[in-house]
Order: sequence, then structure tokens, then C-alpha cells
Amino acid sequence: MYPSKFDYHRPSSVQEAVQILADNPDAKVLAGGHSLIPVMKLRLAAPAALVDIGRIDALQSISRSNGSLRIGACVTYNEIANSADVQEAAPLLAEAAGQIGDRQVRYRGTIGGNLSHADPASDLPAAALALGATLHVAGSGGSRSVSASDFFVDLMMTALQADEILTEVEIPAAGAGTGSAYVKFEHPASGYALCGAAAVVTRDAGGSCTGASLCFNGVSATAVSAAAAASGLVGSDLSDGAIDSALSGMSIPDATGDMFASAGYRQELARALGAQALRTARDRA
Amino acid sequence: MAGESNGAGVFGSSIRRREDPELITGQAKYTDDLQLSGMVYCTVLRSDYAHAKINGIDASEAEALDGVIAVYTAKDIEASGVPGGIPVGWLLPDMKIPEHYMLAKDTTRYVGDGVAIVVAEDQYTAHDALDLIYVDYDPRDGVADPKKATEDGAPLVHDEAPNNIAFDWEIGDKGQTDAAFANAAHVASLDIVNNRLIPNAMEPRAALADYNSITGELTLYMTTQNPHIHRLLISLASLGLPEHKIRVIAPEVGGGFGSKIHHYADEAIAAWASMQVGRPVKWTATRTETYLTDAHGRDHVTHGELAMDADGRFIGLRVDTYAAMGAYLSTFAPAVPTYLYGTLMSGEYDLPAIHCHVYGVFTHTVPVDAYRGAGRPEATFIVERLVDEAARVSGIDPAEIRRRNFVSPDAFPYQTQVALEYDSGNYEGALDKALEAIGYDDFRKEQAAAREEGKYLGIGLSTYIEACGLAPSAVVGSLGAQAGQWESAVVRVHATGKVTVYSGCSGHGQGHETTFAQIVASALGVPYDDIDVIEGDSGVMPHGWGTYGSRSAATGGSAIASAAEKVVDKARTIAAHLLEAAEEDLEFEDGNFFVKGSPDQAQSLPDVALQAYLAHNLPKGIEPALEATSFYDPANFVFPFGTHIAVVEVCASTGQVDLKRYLAVDDVGNVINPMIVDGQVHGGIAQGVGQSLYETAVYDDGANLLSGTMLDYAVPKAHFLPSFETDRTVTPCPHNPLGVKGVGEAGTIASPAAVVNAVVDALSPFGVNHIDMPVTSEKVWNAMN
Repeated sequence: MYPSKFDYHRPSSVQEAVQILADNPDAKVLAGGHSLIPVMKLRLAAPAALVDIGRIDALQSISRSNGSLRIGACVTYNEIANSADVQEAAPLLAEAAGQIGDRQVRYRGTIGGNLSHADPASDLPAAALALGATLHVAGSGGSRSVSASDFFVDLMMTALQADEILTEVEIPAAGAGTGSAYVKFEHPASGYALCGAAAVVTRDAGGSCTGASLCFNGVSATAVSAAAAASGLVGSDLSDGAIDSALSGMSIPDATGDMFASAGYRQELARALGAQALRTARDRA
Repeated sequence: MAGESNGAGVFGSSIRRREDPELITGQAKYTDDLQLSGMVYCTVLRSDYAHAKINGIDASEAEALDGVIAVYTAKDIEASGVPGGIPVGWLLPDMKIPEHYMLAKDTTRYVGDGVAIVVAEDQYTAHDALDLIYVDYDPRDGVADPKKATEDGAPLVHDEAPNNIAFDWEIGDKGQTDAAFANAAHVASLDIVNNRLIPNAMEPRAALADYNSITGELTLYMTTQNPHIHRLLISLASLGLPEHKIRVIAPEVGGGFGSKIHHYADEAIAAWASMQVGRPVKWTATRTETYLTDAHGRDHVTHGELAMDADGRFIGLRVDTYAAMGAYLSTFAPAVPTYLYGTLMSGEYDLPAIHCHVYGVFTHTVPVDAYRGAGRPEATFIVERLVDEAARVSGIDPAEIRRRNFVSPDAFPYQTQVALEYDSGNYEGALDKALEAIGYDDFRKEQAAAREEGKYLGIGLSTYIEACGLAPSAVVGSLGAQAGQWESAVVRVHATGKVTVYSGCSGHGQGHETTFAQIVASALGVPYDDIDVIEGDSGVMPHGWGTYGSRSAATGGSAIASAAEKVVDKARTIAAHLLEAAEEDLEFEDGNFFVKGSPDQAQSLPDVALQAYLAHNLPKGIEPALEATSFYDPANFVFPFGTHIAVVEVCASTGQVDLKRYLAVDDVGNVINPMIVDGQVHGGIAQGVGQSLYETAVYDDGANLLSGTMLDYAVPKAHFLPSFETDRTVTPCPHNPLGVKGVGEAGTIASPAAVVNAVVDALSPFGVNHIDMPVTSEKVWNAMN
């Protein structure tokens, strides 16, 4: 497992990183390295240069202000899973991060690397979608913000331009009466999601559903939102029957199949795991 | 540890493995850890095509790369005049044996087939240079499925093997078996695929070759389970160097599961390259290369039928199998689906008529050879699946139908219809113990209640037997082996009474340094800590045949016991002389010789050893020193057996199989170290569960390996498995001095059938009678819907 030769840059600021990217069109951003390094070792990728953003202080923190949670791009899965702020303001994200890979992976892998890599079988994209995250991006043309629903474009393709870096993920803090759950069916070899269901529901004082979101990893080329099924729950009592009924006609568009699981089976998993995630979210709301 | 480390009581105690401190602290030296002065690195360019003609190879850019010493192709090996062959070591009648050269000459026959090699100053350059070799391939169609490969018009792997058939083999009596089926009251019938597996030893294969052109000596450090076999094959078939000029050393070896038995091209290439460049050459497989080159396992397509009379007694079994050989015949490959498979078709049952027919089939895939269990898991799987299917079609409980058909304990030795003579056994004893421990009767009630609630529980039995402890040399010779299967040992008592034991076995995780020392401690009555065991160096110990086929305790252990007995005999003669007593009046207890009734006037073994080395006062005709060599050829195979039971719950909404309990009652004869035996059983079960639920090597229709990385190929993880429950019965082997059998493979042999039987049992409300391995959640879900 010997990668091809590459140049290595370790900028200390976002501006410097963006400049290096702009100057090196064949460069790739290195964060935790748990997706990029293996494909380089297999020589499936041979970037001319790596821009290691792992030592940029501005990308390392978790903070809360004005009803939102902000997570720097280089915060690790482990930090997210164990952060009291994340557990309180976006418990879905903490739960999903805690299910990624193994302990070693969680100590290295980062939220920014994960979302930028946009592997549809990873665990964070559906959570970011379900939570209505906003992704803050810096590039040589300045900074901008992209909603999670616009960020994932296609299989391992995002709205990021070649000279842009995802810097921060902003999530509206969970309000009262909100519950969430992430349920994953693990691929036995890779540990990635054959299907991962992220659910968020909000109930009013009478127990009636006032908002619902249900998103999936692993089923299509990108993380997807089952918006129709979720909206069917609004106004319901979130009973098992209501959940089953909302999911009975659910069909994820463009479900993909491979040698591990057919598209049809992934649809079945989405229904089964979606129902389980919604029931758990309801019980936590 | 004092209580467990002295003398006779050491045999049978769970003494901790002395190997482990070095292994678990990372101090152990594996082949890739070794560094020699002036060492360079070798890499192998491998075919991206399952089947292609090579029109030409342009290596000029690679050769020009800074740091590259040389690029070689098959033409260079041919020009060097070495034999260049990678031979098969087991010959069947009328078998097609196509040439297998160290590098592909003009045709590649599987993805991974070696095409060219680079020797460079460092590993990065050696890998970079591979990208600069341009091979002009003319791709051809390939075939990966062993049954489809035999169809007319299938792409041929070798022109000289029509329909890709390497051999056409049978055992048993076809006429008698067909007659039994004609009279059957019930017939169970199954079509199964025994899935293809990739070995996944933790340490990839590696070699470090150091050729001395002045002395003509080759020292080859390599990942091997059998250094002497590798020395022999490299000498005779690959490099033509005299055998005594080759020294093969196995440093620490990180697992093998069979994959390091075989003689591959790569280690010979490293040695040949060292001869060319005059420097030590190291080759270490990447994990990708292990997937593309380590001999795979299993890969059978089988139809099996079991005939019963009206009472559910088995009257006939017939099995037809297409067994993949891959692109070339690997070292022992022809034996695996024949003499290690067809001979096990009687299982634990009194079966009066059996016929097994096997096609060995070339496919455009990595060669297939022995992988933990080697033929016996395949045999056990089809037999035990058929027995469960027989229970289903006859309406007899799976435990009862087994009980009704077992060879009874008073029927031993039992001659099967497929060559083997079982020497001992008590199959019902193991079954009863297992059924009681699992709570079989209560389980059936629990299962019925669960089904009322929409929960699907299942229980699966596997009452297995296996033949291991390979093997009586004359027997395997008559069956086609180009090797003996006896084993050697030297027991050397030093002048101070300390002991060094040399074994021709070559452990790679089994704990021989511990268990073999336990044998000697008991035999000689010396402290366990005073005994060292050395293996794995053809320059140091007598010829041996290595470690595989659960043979090391039964053959290597017996050789050690036999050598130790010779040492005691000689020591007794010397002790009698020193005590001025008659030999027959001497007792030997806890390492002391004394005249019966006078234990205080004793000569200890160290006392005798010192006198033996001083040789000042030896009895007439007795040579100095105190050591003995033994070459032990077993009288028969050994026959471990037992009952394994799996309990599963199948998730109705996803089809996921949850292995809730796994219980094994094994009979491996006398046990040298119960902890190590349990460890072997646990590891074997995990590997068998891997085959049954997760693992499979997937080739597409063009024979491209799709499951080429650990992201795709599912080795079971610890959290997939329950805590196994293990127990034993003990029926000592009657024909070796220790009464031991073998335990290395029992878990992989028994467990696939137990797990699949459990899943099928869980799905019985859905009318399911079989699901091929690996039993993935999708297959189960489809079966339920």
C-alpha cells in the first residue's frame, strides 16, 4: 500500500489553505484522512498535492449562540459524539457520529471531511439533512453558505468548488418537544450504512406531531430526504400505526443496488429502519 | 504459575501461552520486520485481466526510473536456465497438469497473475515503477463459475483441458447407491453452492531472499507453514538449486489458515531476483495482493441426495460436485475436493451405500487450495444440510434422525463406504451433552411461543466428524500425494538438564512452543520452564512436513513423545549403571530414577544428563550425550467429532440473522492444554460463522474479482458473535502415544452447517428448505417475502 508521490502543505489559516488550493488545481484537502488516504494507498487517487487543514485552529471548535450550534470542520466524530453541547442541541448528530466506524476512526475522522467527501453510505449526511444544517464555505472568491439540501449533488459530489473548503456546520438547536434517532443497518465488511435512517419529530403538548423529518444514507447516490412520508406524519399522533401508514407508500427515488444489496432491498430496509427511527424519535420527544 | 509448571501434571493444564508476551507487545519479528545489509525490494506487476494474451511488454520507462535496478519478465527467467515451475504436489489419475510458470509467459489466466517484476532500491520506487510498465494485452473472455466453465463453448483456461475439466474423480459404489435410491421411502435433495472464501491471514505473505553467489547458498526467510516443503519445491521445480544449499526459515508467522502451505511464484521470484542482482531481495504482499494471489478456499457447486427407508434410516447418499481449481493447480489442490472431501461423506452415520463424483474445474480465478478445514467443511456442510432436509421430508426431529443413524459406540473400528476406517467414537454422547446444555426440548417450546408473537427463532445441529492428523504416509502416497506425512522431532537434554526440542512442524499461531513443552515436561518430569521448543528452520531441524490439517499434535506431538521416550530409555540405562541396579528394577517418577522402594537413592534426569555428557562412566556400548530423534508415521488419520448447535433469531422486518447462542461439544481426544484447545475452537467457529453469514469472494461474469478489499469482503467482527459455549467429551485416539486428535479445524468444519440449519429452521414457517451461504439479510428477507 504505497501511494504515488505528492506534495504536502500544512497551512495555518483558512485563507492560506484556500490560496494553496487555488494555486494547485490537482490538490486535495486532507482532514482526518480516513477516506482519502486509503484510496491513495490503493492508487485509486493520486493527487499532486495534499493541503492538510488539520492544524488550522479556527476549524476545531464547537460553540453555541443565538439558538444555533456551530461545529468547526475539523472537529472529530469522537468529539461530536461526546460533546455535551451537541448531545443537547443536536443529539441526532451525536448519535450518528458515535456509530461511525470504530474508535480509531472516530478519533481521526472529521465532520468537514465526512460531508465534503459525500459518501452516501456514511452516517453524517442524512443527519445533516434531517437537522436542516447550513454549511459555511470559504473560497478564493470569499465565503458563502449552502443548505445541506443543496450541498449533496451526486455520488461523492458536492456544491464545493475546487478552491473551496467547508469551514463550519451550523445547526439550529433542537427545541422543546423534539426527539430524534439514527438507526443504521451496517454493511458487515465496511461498517458503512447499507441503510441509515435519521429521524426528527416534534410534538406539541397534546402529543400531536408538528414537524417531522426523515432522511436516509446508503440508499441512493446521495443522502436523501423522504419529505412526503415525513410530511404525512404532521398532525398525526405518531402512533405505530400512523408511522407505518406514512411509510407504507414510501419509495426512495433512484435507489441504487450493488453486489451487497439490491435497490429493492434497500427500499425495504428504508421502510423498516425508517419506522424504527421514527418510533424511537417519538419516544424521545 | 509454579503450581502448573512442574513435571507430569503439566500435560492437560491451561498453562498460559509462552508465545504471547512477545506477540502482544509487538516484539515478535515477522518476515517483513527483517532487514539485511544491502537489501532491495521486489514488486510484481499483476494482470488486470482475467484472461488475456500478452502481445508485448514495454518496460523501458520503468527501467529508466531512478532507483530501479531491474525489470524482469518470464523471458528473463527462461533465459536464466532455472526450471521456473510452480508444481502441483498431489497427482490424480488422468489429471490435466498445465504448465504453471513463475510469471505468465504469453497468457494471463486470472486477475493477479504475475506478468513482470521490478527490483528497486526502495518500496516506493518499486511500486511507482509498476505504473510505468506497459503491457499490450489482448483480452479474452473469462469464466469464474465452476459449473458454467464445464459447459460447451465456455472460455478455456488451458487448451489442453477440454471443458476446463482438470480431473474427473469418484469414490464409493455407484451401482449399489443407485439401487438404494430405487428402494427409498423418502429422498432429501439439495442443490448448494459452497461459497468461495479468501483466507485473510493477519500477516500478508512475504519473503526475504539472500543468495550467496560464492557459496551457492540461498537463505530464504518466508511466511510458511512448512519450510521443508518449500525448500523441496523451490529446489526441484522452481530454481534448480541443490536442496542442501537452500535454507528456508519461518520467522514469526502471523496466521495461515492453509494459505501459507502452498508454493506460490512470489517467494521463488524474490529468491531468483536475489540470484540476479546479487543482493538480498524482499517482497511483501500488499493486502490487495493477498486477495489476488493467496489461494482461495471452497467454491463448490454441488447436488446432493440422501435416501431413507420408511423409518428414516439412511440407506444411500450421492453427491455430485463441481469444484473450482482456479487458473492453475495449486500445491495440494487436487486432494482437497477428493480425498479430503469424498472420504468424509459418511459423516457420523452408518451409511451402507455412498457415491461421490467430483469434477475439478479450471476457472479464470485465483487458484483454490486448502483453507482451514480443506474439503471437510464442504463434506460436513452437504451431509449435515441433507440430514436436516431428511428430517424435514420425513417429519422426524433433526436430533432424533441423527441419533437413529449414528454409527453406534460398539461398532468401532467402523469401515465406511468411502475408504476411511473410523477408529473410535461416541457420537450420541456428544449429542446428548450438547442437547442438554442448550436445553433442546425447552427451546422448541420457546420457539413455538415466539412464532406466535411474530419472532422467528431457529436451532441448528451439526453432528460432525473429521479426519485429520495427516497422515499415514503410505496411504496418502497411494492416493497421489507427492509427499510423506510423517513428522520428526529431536529431544535434546543438555548437560545441565535443560531441554531443547526441535519439531518438523511449523506453528504460526497454534501455541506449539507451549503445548510441545507440556508434552516433554510430562514425559521427562523436568520443569516446563526448562524446555524450549524450536521450529521453522530447515537448516536446524530434521526434515518435517509442517503444520496444517490439524496434524501437529497428532503427528508432531507423537514424534516428540516418541523421542522423549527414547531419551528416558537411554537415561534409564545410564541411571541403572550409576545406581548399580538392574534396569527393570528402576522406577521413573517426576524426573527421578530409583530402585523400587528406595526413592531417596535417586538419580535425577539432570544428574544422568551430566554423566551422559561427561561420559566418564557410561555403561558399555552406550554413546555419550542425551538426545533422541524420532520420525513418527501415524497408523491412521485421527477422527475428532462432536455436536455443534447454533441458535438464531431472524428479524422479520430486515431479514437480519442474529446469532444468539453457539454451543460446541467437541471430542478431540486427550487435551494437552484446554485453554489453547478452546481458543482453537473459538477461532474456528468464528471463521465458520464468517463463511455462513458474511464472507464470499465475488467474481463477475468476466471473472473480475469484485470483493477485492476488506471494504467488500466481510470477515466477522467480534461484535457480530455471541460468547461461545464450549464443552468436551474425551475419547482418546487409540493409535498414537498421546491419545490426541486434532482441533485446529473442527470449528470451521462444524459451524457452517449448524448456522445454516438454524436459519432454515427459523424460516420453516415460510417453507424455506435452503439458503446458500453467505446467508445475508437480503437473501433471508427474500425467502420470507
